[in-house]
Amino acid sequence: MSNVSEAEVRTEVREWLAANWDPDMSLVEWRSKLADSGWGMPQWPKEWYGRGLPHALARVVEEEFANVGAVRAASSGVRLLAAATLLEHGSDQQKKKFLRRILTGEDTWCQFFSEPGSGSDLAGATTRADLKGDFWTVNGQKVWTTSAHHADHGLLLARTDWDAPKHEGLSYFVINLKQPGVDVQPLKQMNGHASFNQVFFTDAKIPKENLVGRVGDGWKVAMTTLAHERRGADGLPAPTKRRTRVGKIHAEERAETEKANQPYKWYPQRAGRVDLIIDRAKETGTNKDPYVRQEIARLMILAKCAEWTARRARAVQQHGRPQGPEGSLGKLAASHVARACSRVHTLITGTDAMLTGRKSPREGVIAEILVSVPAVSIAGGTDEIQRNIIAERVLELPKEPRFDTGPFRNVRKN
Amino acid sequence: MSTSHQSTFASARRIQFAFTDEQEQFRSAVRRFLNDKSPTTEVRRLMATAEGYDPEVWRQLSEDLALPGIHIPEQYGGAGFGMVELCIVTEELGRALLCSPYFSTAVLAANAMLGAGTEAQKSALLPEIAKGARMATLAVTEPDGNWDPAGLKVVATPDSDSYRLDGVKSFVLDGHVTDLLIVAARAPKTTGLEGLALFMLDANAGGVERRLLESMDPTRKIARIDFRGAHANLLGSFDNGVEAILRTLDRAAIALANEMVGGAQIMLDSAVSYAKLRVQFGRAIGSFQAIKHKLADMLLDLELAKSAAYYAAQAAAAGDPEWSALASLAKAAASETYLHTAAECIQIHGGIGFTWDNDMHLWFKRAKSSEVFLGQPSYHRELLMQRWGV
Repeated sequence: MSNVSEAEVRTEVREWLAANWDPDMSLVEWRSKLADSGWGMPQWPKEWYGRGLPHALARVVEEEFANVGAVRAASSGVRLLAAATLLEHGSDQQKKKFLRRILTGEDTWCQFFSEPGSGSDLAGATTRADLKGDFWTVNGQKVWTTSAHHADHGLLLARTDWDAPKHEGLSYFVINLKQPGVDVQPLKQMNGHASFNQVFFTDAKIPKENLVGRVGDGWKVAMTTLAHERRGADGLPAPTKRRTRVGKIHAEERAETEKANQPYKWYPQRAGRVDLIIDRAKETGTNKDPYVRQEIARLMILAKCAEWTARRARAVQQHGRPQGPEGSLGKLAASHVARACSRVHTLITGTDAMLTGRKSPREGVIAEILVSVPAVSIAGGTDEIQRNIIAERVLELPKEPRFDTGPFRNVRKN
Repeated sequence: MSTSHQSTFASARRIQFAFTDEQEQFRSAVRRFLNDKSPTTEVRRLMATAEGYDPEVWRQLSEDLALPGIHIPEQYGGAGFGMVELCIVTEELGRALLCSPYFSTAVLAANAMLGAGTEAQKSALLPEIAKGARMATLAVTEPDGNWDPAGLKVVATPDSDSYRLDGVKSFVLDGHVTDLLIVAARAPKTTGLEGLALFMLDANAGGVERRLLESMDPTRKIARIDFRGAHANLLGSFDNGVEAILRTLDRAAIALANEMVGGAQIMLDSAVSYAKLRVQFGRAIGSFQAIKHKLADMLLDLELAKSAAYYAAQAAAAGDPEWSALASLAKAAASETYLHTAAECIQIHGGIGFTWDNDMHLWFKRAKSSEVFLGQPSYHRELLMQRWGV
């Protein structure tokens, strides 16, 4: 299959779309066809709802779908992380049971990794799973879970061996959320939104066959999920710029996207909104203040440099050269930009920065920036963890002495 | 964004974000040469001399590597490359701290000639510059240290078919050793940006008195030059004078930004290796987060400044309409980064870093003089705002 040409793929997918695409179908109906034909996930293996195409040719399929405006397989968010993890580590039985409903969008997934007691130190998880007969029993608490309130399944990292060292006592499960032992509560953030949940497990049950990988392999499997998360830009659904299309299926897809994007509405504000700075300075007249001008220039220089550094990292990759340090720095740079934005927005806004809500500057957007920016330097790895990574992996500085070796039972915990 | 710098994003598509293989090879060749010719023992030897450079190294750099004319078109005897290659050279010179009249001759004077000179002047002078046979510099600033040409006071009075210069220039790079002076001056009774042009004269002409200033950075020699009725020729014309002065300073700012990130990289490398070697409290100090986080921040800071320096060079080479604004952006970014990196590097070295015997102060002083040379960061931030129409 790998020696198939671009032209052949293009012709094949075109013909298939001409024969099958119908915007008056329901989402599930259409996506079932995608799963059966393999055109929904062409880069997946043939035996698992794909066509075994290399990534370059999968892009050709994407283009052809875009040309006729055909809806794609459900692939946004944690769903895709679940699929990627199961494809790599799951049993055939698990793939058979879960992958198809992931592609059709019938099932929604969430991820149970972070805990109140283990944030940066993810492998310090203390949610426990104990095997009793044919079932694992789960007790503990997970936090910062997106979409848990409407998810069907969760990817769960839990401790199964307390005498093994920290990273070796974890196992990875698929847990069904529609059961009495799972209590989902919204987690309200300091900016008033509740994009995440905290989830309490009290004797929740997982059938034995839902263990992913082997007992004790949990950390390794979780690394696969996290690698895909990083690659996929936080697992955020891609913004749909598609023009409004008519047909039952498009309405259904819009509703699906709307629901998936709902928790992320404040994310642009979290990044600081550098795009508003100069207009705000002009509309408030602060662009005439020499001190404000200096601060705006500082911020814009920082933002431009961060953008160009990302471009340099991509260009080096395209040249096939070994990546330099510029690739590891983006997240830390984004934190600096966001914080600088928050400072300059305050400088420009003045006393009005005391206000919030629709009658405050830019109908509350400025206020939302000021109270959302603190998330940037925490979510997805704190600035301090990023600095450790940069210092140890890029600059190859020695690691800190560790105090979490030996049996996990004896390691100091929260 | 709805403001004028939106076009920066649009034009960014034409800008190269990676050096070509040929450029990387060129960089390696320059680096090998400088590793050989400019170890810190040589830097220390030359910085203590009045001339401040080694004529033999200058000859090799000119004849073997053709560096003074790297950006000069082939028709004028140069290598025919552009700003990107010139900035590769200055970045490497910044690493090696080579004591030489390169910045004055190749960056300042050659760009002034390219920007202002008539065909006849370029054909006569540039081949001499390109082969290293003549050293030249550009005198803009005066004793008040202002980099805005609008405030210049040196007067050029017409005198038959040439001019007579009167007034004082200062902070003139290598002004005590170069053969040729290019001087920014104004027609009598003009103010601001009116009546400005570039003039050139032999540095040993009558009415020229050159005095080496005691510079805090001994690797960068600067001179004060008094003109008392010195005969000079107009370089180009009064019509293109202001534009040539401003654009030469912009090109110099970009070249200096690249020089600065080269120096900052040496200081970061030095701080990182010292943090791995130095043991206190039974551990390498680089294992303490107080040190490793500082170094991670220094790396980020440096990569950001490099992006600005490289982007500005690419923009100038591509003739991007905003390259002038980007020159100020790069100068401001690199100045702050270099000084901060240098200061933190000495901090990480601790007591030894403050000694004369340790080499770090050589780059620290270069960082400090680069911070204000061609205009302070605050000056360039304001220029950036003006050039972006804020």
